[in-house]
Amino acid sequence: MMSTTLQASSIAPDIDTLFNTMLVVSSIVVAGVFGTMIVFCIRYRRGSPADRTERKSSSLGIELAWTLVPLVLFIGLFGWSIGLWQRLQTPPADSAVIYIVAKQWMWKAQHPNGQREINALHVPIGQPIQLVMTSEDVIHSFYVPAFRVKQDVLPGRYTQLWFTATRLGSFPLFCAEFCGTDHAVMRGDIDVMQPAAYAQWLRQHASETLATRGATLFRQLGCSGCHGSQSTVHAPDLAGLYGNTVALSDGSRVVADDRYLHDSIMLPALQVVAGYAPIMPSYQGRIGEEDVLALIAYLKSPAPEAAHEQH
Amino acid sequence: MNSTDRTVPVDNYLTAGEPGLAGWLCTHDHKRIGILYAIGITFFFFLGGIAATLIRLNLIVPAGALMSAETYNKAFTFHGVVMVWFFLIPSIPATLGNFLLPLMIGARDVAFPRLNLFSWYLYVGGGLFTIGALLLGGVDTGWTFYTPFSTMFSNTHVVLAVIGVFVVGFSSILTGLNFIVTVHTMRTVGMHWFRLPLFVWALYATSLVMVLATPVLAMTLSLIALERLFGVGIFDPALGGDPLLFQHFFWFYSHPAVYIMILPAMGVASELITCGVRRRIFGYRFMAWSMMAIAVIGFMVWGHHMFVAGQSMYAGIVFSILSFVVAVPSAIKVFNWVATLHKGTIDFHAPMLYALGFVGLFMLGGLTGLFLAATALDVNLTDTYFVVAHFHYIMVGGSVMAYLGGIHYWWPKITGRLYPEGPARFAAILMFFGFNLTFFPQYLLGYLGMPRRYHAYPEPFQWLNVLSSAGASILAASYLMPLCYLGWSLWRGAAAGPNPWRATGLEWTTTSPPPVHNFPLPPVVNEGPYQYCP
Amino acid sequence: MSEASTPLLANRAIQFDDDAQQRESSVLGMWVFIATEVLFFGVLFVGYTVARVQFPRAFADGGARTDLLLGSIETGILLISSCLAALAVRDVRFGACRMASWLLAGTALLGVTFLVLHGIEYHAEYEEALIPGMRYHPSGHPARAMMIFFCLYYVITGFHSLHVAIGVALLSRLAWKASRGAFSSDYFAPVEVTALYWHLVDIVWIFVYPLVYLVGRSA
Repeated sequence: MMSTTLQASSIAPDIDTLFNTMLVVSSIVVAGVFGTMIVFCIRYRRGSPADRTERKSSSLGIELAWTLVPLVLFIGLFGWSIGLWQRLQTPPADSAVIYIVAKQWMWKAQHPNGQREINALHVPIGQPIQLVMTSEDVIHSFYVPAFRVKQDVLPGRYTQLWFTATRLGSFPLFCAEFCGTDHAVMRGDIDVMQPAAYAQWLRQHASETLATRGATLFRQLGCSGCHGSQSTVHAPDLAGLYGNTVALSDGSRVVADDRYLHDSIMLPALQVVAGYAPIMPSYQGRIGEEDVLALIAYLKSPAPEAAHEQH
Repeated sequence: MNSTDRTVPVDNYLTAGEPGLAGWLCTHDHKRIGILYAIGITFFFFLGGIAATLIRLNLIVPAGALMSAETYNKAFTFHGVVMVWFFLIPSIPATLGNFLLPLMIGARDVAFPRLNLFSWYLYVGGGLFTIGALLLGGVDTGWTFYTPFSTMFSNTHVVLAVIGVFVVGFSSILTGLNFIVTVHTMRTVGMHWFRLPLFVWALYATSLVMVLATPVLAMTLSLIALERLFGVGIFDPALGGDPLLFQHFFWFYSHPAVYIMILPAMGVASELITCGVRRRIFGYRFMAWSMMAIAVIGFMVWGHHMFVAGQSMYAGIVFSILSFVVAVPSAIKVFNWVATLHKGTIDFHAPMLYALGFVGLFMLGGLTGLFLAATALDVNLTDTYFVVAHFHYIMVGGSVMAYLGGIHYWWPKITGRLYPEGPARFAAILMFFGFNLTFFPQYLLGYLGMPRRYHAYPEPFQWLNVLSSAGASILAASYLMPLCYLGWSLWRGAAAGPNPWRATGLEWTTTSPPPVHNFPLPPVVNEGPYQYCP
Repeated sequence: MSEASTPLLANRAIQFDDDAQQRESSVLGMWVFIATEVLFFGVLFVGYTVARVQFPRAFADGGARTDLLLGSIETGILLISSCLAALAVRDVRFGACRMASWLLAGTALLGVTFLVLHGIEYHAEYEEALIPGMRYHPSGHPARAMMIFFCLYYVITGFHSLHVAIGVALLSRLAWKASRGAFSSDYFAPVEVTALYWHLVDIVWIFVYPLVYLVGRSA
């Protein structure tokens, strides 16, 4: 059995059950239709002595039967699949977040403790992992066949997927959305480890955490010049901002989520906070998506301003 | 109808119209325009086929046997663009449809013959742009032109290719417009809507889709060209634009476009099967309405191409249920075709073999479509070879089989000559097996997780790829065969007579080939279609 | 085929049985074409809506920089021209071919006026450097997001003006033909069909005008 078809995530067996059920149903239909066709073709070939009297050329009952029976069957399959779909779309609350940045033609992963890797992703077994993903250039797609998960990765927005690995080992990661010349080699490995080994791996390569790196960037890029507590420039206070509702100058209200923070850094003119002049410069082209993720991680950390003061 | 003259009548549209090359290039005769289209389509089919051959050859070896990644990307893009827009979309409607629609409804021509010729020139013009893009170095975006790759990152001749598709799009809009008006206003005395042959219903449903979906593609592609040329930023995330909006627009056309490709094939199959079985089609009205249902519901399922693209969970739910619903009319059709065989008198001539092959392959393609409609399964299967196999079963297994079946069936009407039956049957059977050998392994590849558009792939996928390439060589041979024996029959085939199949339908009441304005006197219809008595 | 209808045969294409069928075909053909056009412009309007929801401020700012006066005059001109086109159809039906010819010429002239005025607008915008991809340096903060508004503005009005230009060409040809008595109360389908097309051009503008000129000024 290939490593791509192993059931290596918590949802894989359920997906395979649905797949196999549909396979059985389809096979029955195929066998039925092909069988009937073959029988008819043999029995009613020209020259055969078969009885051809009393043939009908329509029958409302039969037509309705083979309209409604497939419809009911399809709605049943739809209902089954939609339950799984909701599970696939809703990460458990206790998921550990790992950030993925895709670019032509590599996968970069950032663990919250600062660990970074390229074309590889180390995850612990049994722990729900939520991937928050974005792209620096074109659309890519993060695909791990053994986990039965796939999600397109778009520039300018965050998409997410989640899985719980249930099997130790190394599983291939593919880019599934055509992304240019080296699309076919934009691959990687997902290494599923024992939690202890994973913790040790994290420590071995530990550097500063993502939030700490964000704090450094916050200072280096000059964000603190305006948004810092001692700043004289009239700019929104960012402490405790994440997850709160923000009133915008056009009268609308938005939740300060990852996308909002990302756009505020890269496309600040889109959403100007009420009561502030639109003076923030765009950082598009000046910093990469990985740095934006670090900044967001910093802004999400419990007391970003306090953390900043310590530096 | 029963007087079978053994010589081809002299006074037909081939000999009696304006003479010479100019007579063909300036013709307003729908039959000649159908032939012009057939020539163009055959050319593009083999052009796209060459690209397909290169792709399959390259994939024999995991590292890519033949081409650099760049060339490979250009090859599959060219294959897709040519096969979709220059072969499949115009194939049945513009050739068989053009030739047969006026004949089948008892008209002298389509409603707007000049427009009809103009749309052929648009087709050729679009083709020149596309070939130009190839000759200048090709395009590497895939036939889907996804943004922002196509707008900001590709360094190839996207604009030329997009103009080519834009122009050929108008050819298909004008053909659709012509057919809709023709069916509405040009039916002969007594030809009520429910006396129309199912092929006419199919063309009518197809035309509706052409007219209402193609402009969306045209405008979307213009936006791509403008974005590349002038930096218009509607799809550009760097400006705050939305790359997913492109996908919504694109699939709003391209999903209905699937029905542009398959509905006419369903119509052809219905004609072929009734004649092969020599009895009425089972459930004529259900067959007609199911085609209209497919055309209408087909407009509401585009989002099922985007389950993992980043649209919301609820959009996924809505598009999923609608995708299951659109499969119901297709199921009805398959069951009705099979039921038509019941108590018939079946002749296994080549068109019938093609039609039976069509039903089987269309069903296999359709059933795997259900897997892709189920969101949770689609997550794993989309963008893999499972999808590639699925749509090739519908498009190649379905449409191409039906197209070739139709060409054989109406060949005596079009040329006045009979084709040799033996080689034709052999080619049909060979094609069925070659096709399955090519594309069934691709289902398995997709199930194993091999993504599409890969120039190189991991080792374990190799044996299935080799099988698929082996099948492709058989398939290629079976496509070349009709070219040879049909070509031969043009000169050496026996004269066909007006109705060699003893088929019903107005097109068989006139001579073969038909005279310039189809019928000496306007025919009068006083019964429904397919009144066969075996 | 009766004797009385033979003189009109010159106007009837060979594929049609009678004049009624020919006229019905032309009109239906134009309606189908209009359906196509509606979807063609529909893409642009959907694109406009999506972008506007995302950048309400930039669209308001961009809209405020368009020329309301010229836009309103253009709207009036198109409405009057549509009215003239409708009168032309009526007159040609009643056999008043010369009158119809003048009305058609008037319609075409108004179309030309529309194009000229729009050209003036484009020129002013070029002077103000509001053309993305060509000359675009507006001052002020939302300039970047305003680009998308202006992109859509040029694409929508550009395609619309193209339709106006085609309409002007068709109308001029008809006016000339009508002046030579080519139409009669039995044969007027070309006038009717072209007028239908001209109404489409008008109706598209009825949507463009509020979206481009008015929306930004509402607040």
